[in-house]
Amino acid sequence: MSTVDAAAAAADEAAVAQTVGLRVELTRSGIDVVDDLNLDLYPGHILGLVGESGSGKTTAGTALLGYARTGATIAGGRITVAGHDIRSLSPARVRSIRGVTIGYVPQDPNSALNPAIRIGDQLRELLDQHRIGTPAERTARIAEIMPAVGLPGDPAFLRRYPHQLSGGQVQRVALAMVFLPRPQVLVLDEPTTGLDVTTQAMVLSSLKELCADFSVAALYVTHDLAVVATIADRVAVMYAGRLVEMGPTQELFRAPAHPYTRALLQSIPHLHRPYRLTGIPGRTPSPGNRPSGCRFNDRCELAEDACRAEEPQPVAVKTDHWSRCRRTDALGPWDPDSRAGQDTDPDRERSVVLTVTDLNIFHGRNQVVHDVSFDLAAPEVVALVGESGSGKTTISRAVAGLHTQRTGSLHLQTDPTGEPAELARSARNRTAAQRQAVQYIFQNPYQSLNPRRTVEQILVRPLEIFGIASGRAARERAAELLDSVQLGEGLLRLRTNRLSGGERQRVAIARALACRPRVLVCDEVTSALDVSIQGSITELLTRIKNKHGIGMLFVTHDLALVRTIADRVLVLNRGRVVESGLVAQVLDHPRDPYTQSLIAHTPTLTGAFDASGSA
Amino acid sequence: MSTAYAPAGTPTAGRPTARRRPSATRAWLQWLLRRLGLAVLTLLAVSLLVFLATSALGDPVRAILGRDYAVSPERVEQLRQTLHLDQHPVQRYLTWLVDLLTGHLGVSAVNGLPVAELIGGPVLNSAFLVLIVAVLMIPLALGLALIQARTRGSWLDNTISGINLALAGVPEFVTGILLVALFSTSVFRLLPAVTVIPPGQMAWNRPSSMILPVATLVLAIVPYLARILRANLGEAMDSDYAELARLKGIPENRVVLRHVLPNTLVPTIQVTALQLAWLLGGVVLVEYLFNYPGIGALLVDSVRNSDFPVVQALTMLIAAAYVVVNLIADALSILFTPRARTGMVA
Repeated sequence: MSTVDAAAAAADEAAVAQTVGLRVELTRSGIDVVDDLNLDLYPGHILGLVGESGSGKTTAGTALLGYARTGATIAGGRITVAGHDIRSLSPARVRSIRGVTIGYVPQDPNSALNPAIRIGDQLRELLDQHRIGTPAERTARIAEIMPAVGLPGDPAFLRRYPHQLSGGQVQRVALAMVFLPRPQVLVLDEPTTGLDVTTQAMVLSSLKELCADFSVAALYVTHDLAVVATIADRVAVMYAGRLVEMGPTQELFRAPAHPYTRALLQSIPHLHRPYRLTGIPGRTPSPGNRPSGCRFNDRCELAEDACRAEEPQPVAVKTDHWSRCRRTDALGPWDPDSRAGQDTDPDRERSVVLTVTDLNIFHGRNQVVHDVSFDLAAPEVVALVGESGSGKTTISRAVAGLHTQRTGSLHLQTDPTGEPAELARSARNRTAAQRQAVQYIFQNPYQSLNPRRTVEQILVRPLEIFGIASGRAARERAAELLDSVQLGEGLLRLRTNRLSGGERQRVAIARALACRPRVLVCDEVTSALDVSIQGSITELLTRIKNKHGIGMLFVTHDLALVRTIADRVLVLNRGRVVESGLVAQVLDHPRDPYTQSLIAHTPTLTGAFDASGSA
Repeated sequence: MSTAYAPAGTPTAGRPTARRRPSATRAWLQWLLRRLGLAVLTLLAVSLLVFLATSALGDPVRAILGRDYAVSPERVEQLRQTLHLDQHPVQRYLTWLVDLLTGHLGVSAVNGLPVAELIGGPVLNSAFLVLIVAVLMIPLALGLALIQARTRGSWLDNTISGINLALAGVPEFVTGILLVALFSTSVFRLLPAVTVIPPGQMAWNRPSSMILPVATLVLAIVPYLARILRANLGEAMDSDYAELARLKGIPENRVVLRHVLPNTLVPTIQVTALQLAWLLGGVVLVEYLFNYPGIGALLVDSVRNSDFPVVQALTMLIAAAYVVVNLIADALSILFTPRARTGMVA
């Protein structure tokens, strides 16, 4: 305790922005969204604020600007930015600080830049509003900042509208906008979500440079631990509205001292090592449903009665590294490799279920996939990896018979003893056995399940369609299916809108399994989910593959995830396969320059160690 | 950073802008021609419908002559010829269409006056009514919606919403009758209950008699318009770009004016156009209620008298107005949506 206070006191003098005991509540109910939040930001340093959805990290970020969304209020604590006590200032004074002294980079720049205003005018608005410099100086400043974020600053470019830029360019415009008035403090809210890895790497490196050059103190809010490891100097981990652990990046990743941080780290795949991911049981409690005592107690393996009874206080683990856990002593040493698994044996026997030959796919007159050939064995996971626009989803849709504008042939063996037969272009024209044998799991479980139906109806339907079971037998089978995706029977009666994202995706998997497929097409099945859920879903898919002997086509943009789940991988670039082979081979010894560039730009946890030259 | 593997879809910087101007004009021209072609097709289809419908009204000669039908065969024959009833229906349609296109609207079957002369006054009166209502309804609805959006969730917002909902639920003739009761008959006697316009004079010569019809229509349209605008504004005010503007330190009034309003312009235009088109269709009930000498009242009279040249001319006019208003609204929508505007060129 005392060391923590002492460290905080020493830090006070240098911190340019600070929150002390910050509390944000829901206006109506008074329930806390964020509570007892202490953050310090230092010039030239980036503090990573990590948390899953519902942790309150975005609320914490905007609160630093004295802003709370409609329905929420900043209810307690102190916010200091460059010597200003934000909460005691008038709204007009706060506005004069926002944008000038403290800037904000939004989560999704595509929706955060005004679609009706040219980017040059949007950049200029801030300078005009705060009367920074003369009009000529403003123009000069805009022309100057654009190259700094890697964009052309010519008038023609500035006359464009946001929709005329790519995702990465839009994000860099947002960065330019925030750096324009030379703020002392920055809040960045997941600024690279939805960007491809190469673009993300560009944005992150511009950001890091700009923060160092302008000696800006930044708060980087994200759910992505690997990004934080690459960019942040210090990391704060947030859970259910509270900070649970804070420390220097290297130190925190080398010796995480909170069970939640450890569980998060265990849900993250690694590019150069196949880890068995575990995930975290349960779900992040929403405001109002958070347990008493330690808020993580209901999901924590180490929880004891005292954890439920009393609120834990921050415990210093090392200088400048603390954890809000009563049982840090019981945690034991941290060994990230304890969960390391085996790469696929290159000499194993393969029994091929699906053969794809010379696949060419078209969208209208555009050819989007060129001459793709591969095969899939059972059990096996073949990953299709690529950035947006690489054609990976299109290929999977063609395999499932959802995209019909194609040439080339698909051959599927519907039962282990039978002969492979050609698949028709459209799922409609395939035989019932073929349709049953190929099942599809969609990216977004919030959209792929009918909200008007109960889980039981959703699971019984395919059983009846394919004549696998009906009536009572079907209902019993539905319960078994739920059990096989680690969900309780009690969910059967619920409509899907009552389920969490992870539960929904499990139901979607169960629905696919109901058909006893030979081939399961998984289209970015974890990208809409939190990392802890991604971990458990990946684990589940691996178990299903081995138990049921299913071949999976796993579409993803995440190379690290490929290492954990897949046996073989196809790297796609603009509709062509640039490299394919065993996962270990491709990821550890990439031959194609595109694969090399993808791997080089994928952020990793060890980024924190590589930067310092160790590990 | 290997530029050779820049992600697909990254537009190459500095797209040539010099070539854009002429091709933009051409793109607009192409769009306009295509839309005009479609408009002509629509009107042709409408003309066919109008012709069939008016033919189905029954034998106009019998309706016009009434009891004389049986006693004066020569008048029957004469009327049949003026109305081209002796021709084959297809030929009659073509004759009518050619006449219509060359500006010959024919003569009234009832009183033998040229149709153009007959409908001229009512058309102007109705157009004037619509103009006044349009001029009032847009700022009123927008103003109300803005006040509500700025005070969301407050008692003021809720009160306006409640009144709007109540008014939107009441048919316009009920509103009209209530207004008449309030201002002309039962409570106050300030305004004329019906429009009395001496021959040779137009509606605008009697401003006092326009107040109640205008008020009725405004009360019928504004609540509906305001509700839609309020919903659009609310959505735009919760958008990420409005939030970012606030976090840039832009004052709320400016956020609304510069960031929110431009993005709600297009739905505003579309909804307004729909309402305008509805108004242009001759607000039969309101004109009838106030005895306002507009096309609505004329249309009802003409249908009753089986004066089908007038019915045909008026329906075609209303259809044309409908098409034109929608065309203008679509052009404006494209103009005010940067994505659609630049998409025209691409």
